[in-house]
Amino acid sequence: MMASSYNAKEEDGHHSGSVGPGGPGTGKSKKPDNTAFKQQRLPAWQPILTAGTVLPAFFAIGLIFIPIGIGLFVTSNNIREFELDYTGVEMSSPCFNCSQTYSWNNSCRCSVPFTLEQPFESNVFMYYGLSNFYQNHRRYVKSRDDSQLNGDKRFLTNPSKECEPYRMNDKMPIAPCGAIANSLFNDTLELYYVYPNGTKTAIHLVKTDIAWWTDKHVKFRNPAGNNDNLTITFQETTNPINWHKPVYELDPTEPDNNGFINEDFIVWMRTAALPTFRKLHRIIQKKDSLTPTLPPGNYTLDIAYNYPVRSFDGRKRMILSTISWMGGKNPFLGIAYITVGSVCFFLGVVLLVIHHKYGNRSSNAEIPN
Amino acid sequence: MSWITPIPTARCHGADEPTRTVVSNLPYEDQRPRNQPNRRYAGNAVKTNKYTLWSFLPINLCEQFRRLANIYFVGIAALNFIPEVNAFQPQVALIPICVILTLTAIKDAWEDFRRYQSDRELNGTPCLVYSRSQHGFVERRWKDIQVGDFVQVLANDIIPADILLLHASDPNGVCHMETANLDGETNLKQRRVVSSFCAVKSPFDPLSFNATVICEKPNNNLNHFKGFLEKDQIKIGFGIESLLLRGCTVRNTAAASGIVVYAGHDTKSMLNNNRPRYKRSRVESKMNKEVLCCVFLLFCMCLIGAVGDVPIYFIPDSDGNETPSVVAGVYRFLTMIILLQVIIPISLYLSIELVKMGQVFFITQDIDLYDKEKDMRMQCRALNITEDLGQIQYVFSDKTGTLTENKMVFRRCTIMGTEYPHTENGESGKWNGVELAWKPSVSARRHTGMLWCIKHGLLLSHSLEVIPDQNLLWSVKEVERRGVAGHWGLQGATHLEFFLALAICNTVVVSTETAQRQRVRDPVQSTLYDIPTSSSSVVSEDEVQGTPCKGHTRRRQTWTASSLAGPKEVHYEAQSPDEAALVHAAKAYGFTLLERTPSHVSVRLPSGTTLTYEVLDVLTFDSVRSRMSIIVRHPHTKEIILYTKGADSGIMERLQNSFEDRSQMKSESRVIANKTQKHLDMYANDGLRTLCFTRKVVSEKNYYDWLVLRQGAMAAIDRKDELVRKTAADMETNLTLLGATGIEDRLQENVPETIQALREAGIQVCVLTGDKLETAVNIAYSCKLLDQQDLVFTFNTENTVQIQLSFPQLLHSVHGCRGIHCNPVFSSTCPATAQALVGLVIDGRTLGLLLDSDLQEGFVQLCTHCRAILCCRTTPLQKSRVVTLLRSKLGVMTLAIGDGANDVNMIQAADVGVGISGQEGMQAVMASDFAISRFKHLKKLLLVHGHWCYNRLANMIIYFFYKNVAYVNLLFWYQFFCGFSGTAMIDYWFMIFFNLFFTSAPPIMFGIMDREVSAAVLLQLPELYRRGQHEGGYRRSTFWIAIADAFYQSLVCFFVPYWTYKGSDIDIFTLGTPMNTASLFTIIFHLAIEIKSWTVVHWVIMVGSVVVYFVVTLAFCAMCVSCNPPSDPYWTMQEQMSDPMFYLVCILTTVVALLPRLRFPLADRYISQFLSKPSEMSCLPRLGELVALVSLGETYFQNTFVFRRFKLLTK
Repeated sequence: MMASSYNAKEEDGHHSGSVGPGGPGTGKSKKPDNTAFKQQRLPAWQPILTAGTVLPAFFAIGLIFIPIGIGLFVTSNNIREFELDYTGVEMSSPCFNCSQTYSWNNSCRCSVPFTLEQPFESNVFMYYGLSNFYQNHRRYVKSRDDSQLNGDKRFLTNPSKECEPYRMNDKMPIAPCGAIANSLFNDTLELYYVYPNGTKTAIHLVKTDIAWWTDKHVKFRNPAGNNDNLTITFQETTNPINWHKPVYELDPTEPDNNGFINEDFIVWMRTAALPTFRKLHRIIQKKDSLTPTLPPGNYTLDIAYNYPVRSFDGRKRMILSTISWMGGKNPFLGIAYITVGSVCFFLGVVLLVIHHKYGNRSSNAEIPN
Repeated sequence: MSWITPIPTARCHGADEPTRTVVSNLPYEDQRPRNQPNRRYAGNAVKTNKYTLWSFLPINLCEQFRRLANIYFVGIAALNFIPEVNAFQPQVALIPICVILTLTAIKDAWEDFRRYQSDRELNGTPCLVYSRSQHGFVERRWKDIQVGDFVQVLANDIIPADILLLHASDPNGVCHMETANLDGETNLKQRRVVSSFCAVKSPFDPLSFNATVICEKPNNNLNHFKGFLEKDQIKIGFGIESLLLRGCTVRNTAAASGIVVYAGHDTKSMLNNNRPRYKRSRVESKMNKEVLCCVFLLFCMCLIGAVGDVPIYFIPDSDGNETPSVVAGVYRFLTMIILLQVIIPISLYLSIELVKMGQVFFITQDIDLYDKEKDMRMQCRALNITEDLGQIQYVFSDKTGTLTENKMVFRRCTIMGTEYPHTENGESGKWNGVELAWKPSVSARRHTGMLWCIKHGLLLSHSLEVIPDQNLLWSVKEVERRGVAGHWGLQGATHLEFFLALAICNTVVVSTETAQRQRVRDPVQSTLYDIPTSSSSVVSEDEVQGTPCKGHTRRRQTWTASSLAGPKEVHYEAQSPDEAALVHAAKAYGFTLLERTPSHVSVRLPSGTTLTYEVLDVLTFDSVRSRMSIIVRHPHTKEIILYTKGADSGIMERLQNSFEDRSQMKSESRVIANKTQKHLDMYANDGLRTLCFTRKVVSEKNYYDWLVLRQGAMAAIDRKDELVRKTAADMETNLTLLGATGIEDRLQENVPETIQALREAGIQVCVLTGDKLETAVNIAYSCKLLDQQDLVFTFNTENTVQIQLSFPQLLHSVHGCRGIHCNPVFSSTCPATAQALVGLVIDGRTLGLLLDSDLQEGFVQLCTHCRAILCCRTTPLQKSRVVTLLRSKLGVMTLAIGDGANDVNMIQAADVGVGISGQEGMQAVMASDFAISRFKHLKKLLLVHGHWCYNRLANMIIYFFYKNVAYVNLLFWYQFFCGFSGTAMIDYWFMIFFNLFFTSAPPIMFGIMDREVSAAVLLQLPELYRRGQHEGGYRRSTFWIAIADAFYQSLVCFFVPYWTYKGSDIDIFTLGTPMNTASLFTIIFHLAIEIKSWTVVHWVIMVGSVVVYFVVTLAFCAMCVSCNPPSDPYWTMQEQMSDPMFYLVCILTTVVALLPRLRFPLADRYISQFLSKPSEMSCLPRLGELVALVSLGETYFQNTFVFRRFKLLTK
């Protein structure tokens, strides 16, 4: 990339030889050591940014970045993604009625039909998406108690002050405490495939393995004690104000998915970085290699509409997406790589032309001298 | 015991009392401390440590909080404890300030502990104090000594306090003292017992001491002390010549006793013991303005944060009410300050200190600045102005000892109007000098042998050997043969008297072999032992053969021989080198100074007879009178004779015009005086230092009349100096001229080259000297300060009006000169040569007028247009005023260089003071910021080290600002996406680590070790220095470009990951990880592009920083499950590093962020190619260096002159 010139300088003709070793007084002499380090003569590599070195660098960047960019772009385009906004803002929306109430547990149900044009081949990930939800607001982010969530008994009954005002309710400590837990996303999403003949069949949604393994097994733990009977463990606590069921009954079907290690809860607790975000909700596993996971056709999304977002002009979405090695669909990186690569390549060409033109002229001019 | 009156105690605590009264402690030995008369004076225990074990924490913290930066930091940390505004865990926010405070405290504690240890050692040193109960001197510790105690100091012991000398073992009441510990001067100083105590009571009995000592308050003047003993209404005056100073060593005297007048912190040595000075460098004060810019930036950013508002849901305030929006805005503002505080680079101050320590280390380690002869390294006494060395615009230099060797050689003399040229002497002297200067190390043995000689001040004696002028020698012999000793005829006598004056009229101390031996025993022994194979006989043989240092050889031989035969040789210890030169000259003609005590002085005549004169008085030298005198009584004729020597200005007007009323003689004396004056002018033209010698016979009556006045003056406390000077002047009248001498002071090696190089570097060189005009001008020509073709204006007038009138004319002609020579052919070199054409020579008297009156403006203007400025006959005060004037009026960076006490003012007045450790003691070095041993070292010090230090520091500071702004902006951009709530997407620990570990070492290393251009090129192309003078490395534009770059890079580092992860399920810290990593890579690679030369150290630190980043981050992410509630980055790094997207994002971000940086140097290169002839660049062998030069910026290369030089150089 860069030309190098090693110049271990030979300019120091005066070696320490002029003072004989062992001569009287040398031991006491204050003469500085004549070492390359102390005399600042360490062999140095001086990178030179000249046309001859920077031009290949530009071309190299171009040649490496453009293929990467194309690869990323193609990969991203192969990802199937479907988004469905079910907030119910428009009058025509099936969820319009449900969205009109600002309550956490209105038990309103609505179902939204949609059509997939293309098949989803591999495992399909079902996300719920929220917009304009500042889950990264400082006061929101810190309103949690990691020690409590890590199963520390002391903090179970005496949560951190950071949880205020969701720390105690009626003199009972809240578990899990804090605003994040309190605002847990509590819509229930059910997906049905509608056969052309009109019959509906429920698609099996897997609710495990949606959180990070380390979160599920290390960071979040139920308080030690009788793990079979979480009711006793949590008996001195109360559920968050917005919840209508206690933390140990979050998943009635799977006993191991309750308490702090409920995966929906863990996913929610990993606060999103940006105000528009999605969170993994369910996984639709591929059954066999012959049929696509989700064939094209008509579907219905049944929603137990609990989560109020209209108060902050938020939106709720359901997203179905396959994923690749680069995660979800995102054309940006591919385009960026292609652009940067092209710009470098172009710059390289321009500089080459300049260099060729003026560099030659200067060397021609040198000859008469 | 009539002393027991309240008067002494009443006196001593009166703070306004200008004097201190001391009485003997012995009568009160058994009494309680309350009754001790001297109890109010400080004891002798010293305590230089600032802290004790208990007071360390509070006092040190107090000291640290005097720095504004630390208060700011603590304020920020305190803000964090307010729940409404805190951005981080309050405890975590304390970490940075604690780290900085702790580091500084550890540094302070260590330094203080070292001081404590040395204090304890010093306080515990044993000494002898008189005890009444035991009737003798008993051993005590230094700390036990009180004012009023009687202390005895034995030979070679260190004096524990300031002691008024009352008794010495020497029968003459003389005690010698070596002050090397105090001022570095190695010659012995004579101290005398207070006159009335002189040798009368042979065994000293302190019990009988019943006088009161009244002396001045403690002060730091080492050369001044006055007071008197009061006893039965009789006052006996004494001065500095009776005071033994703490810290000095008693030599050549078996025992000395006296009463302690100042103890401990009141002693002169302690009062002189200043800490290293703290100077604020120009770059730093400019940098503070940049810090203010950062404050402004911070304010703007916080304001945006305060105004921007996104309501928060799901989390009401604790009390359920909503905070009013204005209050909420204020809260947000404060929160943002906490979050973005790093933009104000607090750690920059600490880093700068570290960088300067490193720079100082490398400067002192430079072998080229090491002086073999003196075995001295370059010393940096001020640690924080290294980069000022790179910005010097004016150099003010002393002449004697700075430009010249200050090793005086007797060259010529004139006696009774006859000139004796001493031609051989001059040549041999030159040869000697050449030998010294150019062949210092023929072999190791010779070199070190010589080194040894010089170390002990013996070179002086050998290089001063004088080869007598044959004619003069003959006539001296002839005269002496004719006359019997002491009864010469009047005519011939002048020759003899002249040499007698040379030998007597000085303050040279003769040290005999026995005395000398004690002094140098240790070095001799160690040299012997250091040679593994040799016995002492081998050594002496070897010395005889090989060592060019005669003094050494002779000495060594005597050292072995002296045990057999009695001492034959004498050694002279002179306070000024010209005195030594004169004494040696007299010796060469057979007039050997054998002994000098306060009461008598012995001279051996060529015939072998010894004359012992009784010394009646010595009128010491002072710069106002510019002469000294000695009054002696001739041993045979019993005449009282006054010998005076001095500068011609101080002598000629005091000559006796009537020579015993005989007109014939009168005219003769006039003729002689005229001839002598002519010779003096000739000497001065040759660059010799001149001294006139006179003699006068004083009648007994006149003398005793004068003596009364003199004693009155000596005992005076008020205006003592003035009175003493006046009485001296009264005596020095009607003198008879004997002759004059010319002493040569050789130029130091490479002085013309150094001045030439400094000038090419755009530095204006001014010489300020106390010498006379002719001598100074001469030296100026020989050291190429003035050129023969230069137009030299000489100001030598006291007429204000005349000067006033001449100024406009002068200025006009200066401009005219420039116009004429600025023809198109030499247009490129015009600025350099046009100023070369005018030299300005100013006499001291005129300078006084220029400095005082409203002529200042014109003078300053003239100075800017002159190439050389030479001020002669300046007083120390004038020197400093010239420096101050030019410094303040022109706003230029000044450097003053000098070697003597008379340069101290100037050195302290300049921005950078450089001391030369020369022949004239160490006062200049003590006052200086940098101490070198030769003038030529200034070249490398400024052109190489100055340039490097300045560029390194400037680049480092700019980089530091850039780094902080780039990183902080990352956080700022995030605020737009988190409702301006002050959330950080990077864990706070990582933010601390980022500044503390990951990115702190590279810039420090960069500031210490980067090397744009090699030393060889800098020395060959002094023009490169000009960049620093015009602040090429550190200017406002550079700062703003760096800030703009920081903004761009932070935008890239934020938005590339942002768009990549937008809309995905990424969480806060997982988004922060690639941003943090990309930012680290950008910052590190940015520095990598800035670094001009990579050594092993660079590689280790740069790669190490990245490795440390990953190791620490991975470790922290793996271990911290809930260690940092409520936010912890558990497993985020691992999660990201297992995702290929992370690497793709980081690579893209880094490349995009650095693309402009990659392009800039390239563009620079093309621009400069278009500006200059490209052909000159492509054909050069050392391409690397040239390109580095190009990247230094446009300043150099718009000047095609430099190009031409470079071309010549590389061909």
